[in-house]
Amino acid sequence: MRSSVFRRIVNTSVTLLCAAMVLAAVIPLGSLLWLVVSKGARGLTASFFTSLPTPVGEPGGGVGNAIVGTAIMVGLACVIGLPLGIGAGVFLAEQGDGAFGRAVRFTAEVFSGIPSIVIGIVAYGIVVIPMHHFSALAGALALALLMVPTLARTTEELVRLVPGSLREASLALGITKWKTSLRIVLRTAAGGILTAALLAVARAAGETAPLLFTSLNNQYWNVRPDQPTASLTVQIFNYAISPYEDWHQKAWSAALVLLLLVGGLNLAARYVLQRSAAGGKR
Amino acid sequence: MGAYVGDRLWSSVLGLLGGIVLLVVGLVVLELVKVSRPALAAGAVRFLLQQDWDPVSGSFGALSFIYGTLVTSAVAIAVAVPVSVGLALFLSEMGPPMLKPVVSFAIETLAAIPSVVYGLWGLFVLVPWLRETVEPALQRFFGWLPLFQGPPIGLGYLAGGLILAVMILPTISSVTNEVLKTVPGSLREGAFALGATRWEAIRMAVLPYARPGILGAALLGLGRALGETMAVTMVIGNSPEIHASLFAAGYSLPAVIANEFAEATGAVHVGALAGLALVLFGISLLLNALARVLVQLVARGPAKGSA
Repeated sequence: MRSSVFRRIVNTSVTLLCAAMVLAAVIPLGSLLWLVVSKGARGLTASFFTSLPTPVGEPGGGVGNAIVGTAIMVGLACVIGLPLGIGAGVFLAEQGDGAFGRAVRFTAEVFSGIPSIVIGIVAYGIVVIPMHHFSALAGALALALLMVPTLARTTEELVRLVPGSLREASLALGITKWKTSLRIVLRTAAGGILTAALLAVARAAGETAPLLFTSLNNQYWNVRPDQPTASLTVQIFNYAISPYEDWHQKAWSAALVLLLLVGGLNLAARYVLQRSAAGGKR
Repeated sequence: MGAYVGDRLWSSVLGLLGGIVLLVVGLVVLELVKVSRPALAAGAVRFLLQQDWDPVSGSFGALSFIYGTLVTSAVAIAVAVPVSVGLALFLSEMGPPMLKPVVSFAIETLAAIPSVVYGLWGLFVLVPWLRETVEPALQRFFGWLPLFQGPPIGLGYLAGGLILAVMILPTISSVTNEVLKTVPGSLREGAFALGATRWEAIRMAVLPYARPGILGAALLGLGRALGETMAVTMVIGNSPEIHASLFAAGYSLPAVIANEFAEATGAVHVGALAGLALVLFGISLLLNALARVLVQLVARGPAKGSA
């Protein structure tokens, strides 16, 4: 038996080592957030949000069209993806306990780990090849396909938080199952479903890889879904890998805009979840 | 009577929505095979084992991309698993409970940051730091290893691996945390009652029980690392070569797809890139399925061998 002093020293040093791991994880985050905010804020003017990108060296210019493009594509993706993802999630929560439900759940889980760039190629095959050119629609389809599995799982988890007693009380009053599902369970879970949707939107807004060869990019304003469209993320990528100092600055500023957007959506999701959780318990 | 019709209708609508998930996955596989057919027809196996990648002359060998993906993912796992497990253990077993929500929030934030922003940070912060500080230091002390030879340029496998490590850390640590939560408290109490220190309780009671789940968490992280595109594309150096040194510039499967797909010349080039995506899809499907099974094993009850 080793001495208790030795064992206590081992215990303390392992604890310190694990604490160091916490620091190792938090330091990159701190560095990233600080740099994006400090560097990005330098180029952030009102016109950055409203103007078109300018060629190298020309002062001014912004990401107005990219913001609009991201909004259009994420919006279209929501139209396709939200009903499917939420529907599948409700199915999993309501009747997902059988063999079929388990298969769907497992598929959704595995599918949510598929690299987003692979989904981009699928959207390319479905939309870009038949249309013969890149379009916002193709980008939106890629984002929608990416949304479905994760959204289904999050929705399921949040719908399952509705206490079973509510459902039982409703059924005991003689209300039919489908009315109970729609009017009691889903209404109670509405906050949770909204949370899941906001998180899905945040994730879609931050996607780059599947947009590179579906929506491509566009230097001008575009609101037509059948045309190539700029997006914040692709714009950041192009600015960052360019050799120009001036464009690097724009990459940081655009990254700050993207972080504010994604962070805002995440915070909104948190807020909605907390409110609905507090309300659900009453 | 009408009520039952409503019930049946509702249940079939839901079933249909669930079935759509399966349909979508089927569609994905079908489309991938369709787009990659021109290249697959030209010889699929040969394609994976050759190194030359020259779209102009029509030779499509994927070996250097597969190598780059494996090396960066290996670096990422080697760095991220110890950090994530240490972090999860500290948060759920050792540290003060008040720290937990703060650090969890930080980790969730890490998970929410878009990968292109990681790439930006990697390109302008991580790469210069590696070039000026880390790589010269590694070379001074471990320069005799083939892993750390050649000029320290910053861009390369090491940068790709490290940025991946940061990106998969939230996945691994949060799944590990979930797994640790499923370890019955009685195991810890038993160990403490026998006079174990906190670490001994973790080592002898908690970790053996949680091991398959932690392995699953690592596999999930690996799955993410293999498919991660933007950040790696921005820091790996993008040169289709194979080097033993981690300092050298390389290429990865998703990176080559990202860089070349939009400007691919001809159906065979597009097909070859889609073929790479098919490979990526297959690998991540397998890894994810295996990981989920492992995590579920722990959640369901005592794992075999958890004496």
